[in-house]
Amino acid sequence: MCKNCKTNPVFALHSGARLCSSCFLDYFERKVKKTIKAYKMLDSTDKIGIAISGGKDSLALLHILNAIALQQRSLSLHPILIDEGIKNYREHTIKDAKAYCKKNNIPLTIASFKKEFGFTLDKLTKLLKDNPCTICGIFRRHLLNKTAHKLKLSRIATGHNLDDECQSILMNYFKPNLELSARLGPITGIIRHPSFAYRIKPLYFMHEKETAAYALIKKFSGKFVECPYSKESYRSKLRDMLNNFEAQFPGTKEGIISSFLALLPLLKEKYKTAGTELKLCRHCKEPCTLEICSACKLKEKIKGSLKYAKPKLRAVHK
Amino acid sequence: MQVYLVRERKKLNITAPDASTLLKKLNIPETTVLVIRNRQLIDEQTKLSKKDKITIFPVVSGG
Repeated sequence: MCKNCKTNPVFALHSGARLCSSCFLDYFERKVKKTIKAYKMLDSTDKIGIAISGGKDSLALLHILNAIALQQRSLSLHPILIDEGIKNYREHTIKDAKAYCKKNNIPLTIASFKKEFGFTLDKLTKLLKDNPCTICGIFRRHLLNKTAHKLKLSRIATGHNLDDECQSILMNYFKPNLELSARLGPITGIIRHPSFAYRIKPLYFMHEKETAAYALIKKFSGKFVECPYSKESYRSKLRDMLNNFEAQFPGTKEGIISSFLALLPLLKEKYKTAGTELKLCRHCKEPCTLEICSACKLKEKIKGSLKYAKPKLRAVHK
Repeated sequence: MQVYLVRERKKLNITAPDASTLLKKLNIPETTVLVIRNRQLIDEQTKLSKKDKITIFPVVSGG
């Protein structure tokens, strides 16, 4: 029985406590709001960007932030959806995102790879023969920041959850790339720059399973869609490894986060003075740590690859 | 009972006294799925009966 109201339970928390759907929703929203408050993620007069995909995490995030914005009228929300152009995947989540925003009267901005870079991710993967997750990560970050800049947003909320963060922490340890870990945490980045909308992660302490249950109970989407490229990724291998380890040793993921948060101030201090000063890219004027940003370098690579591409792919670009 | 695995798009006939045992039999870690019985979300300790229709819904979506 539910530990609070003695009705049928739908979810067992990590602690073993069982909750009914109403108590679970209450638990979830309280915990997210507590994170927002503890890390001072919102100002009452903010223009907040929300990176949404239309998936469970981002719609759960948008729903909770919208509830806060309805109480704090000076807070305005600006969801941004990046359409990478992944067939049989992104069109489904765009539909869910549009439906949610329309129903709740929230303006949605959609930016696409095709419009910005001339190609969908599906076409880029064929053209460059690179790891699709690498291409996607670089262009998605670039486009998100550019759109946020255009909309004059001070920060962007993302739907990253506890599982995502654990995977990123381990990826950076294994690669090894500790400097990237210094940019993680509930509020990202090491230094602030007026051209860069920093990221906040209100779902930071929520397990992926909790977010999925929240989205399912709220009926944000009934369809299960998984990115077709995700199975090939290093991240997905780490996700499986972590889930198997968590099954054998419950508390593993929370342990990783807790240890990481204890180390994070030291990492931020170390890399504050290690050449991480933000500059503006010579080509696109977006903030980056080198003379030319990764997105512009990738655009150059596309130009180079087009010379040798099949006529069909070249025609797409024209 | 009838079990439908959404990610694998597979139907199975299998019996288990509760959702936790069912997942163990299927070798699926509890943290990776939600269990739905007759269209209602249930937790892993919930007892199951032979007449139940179970859907195993993956929590991983996106990339």
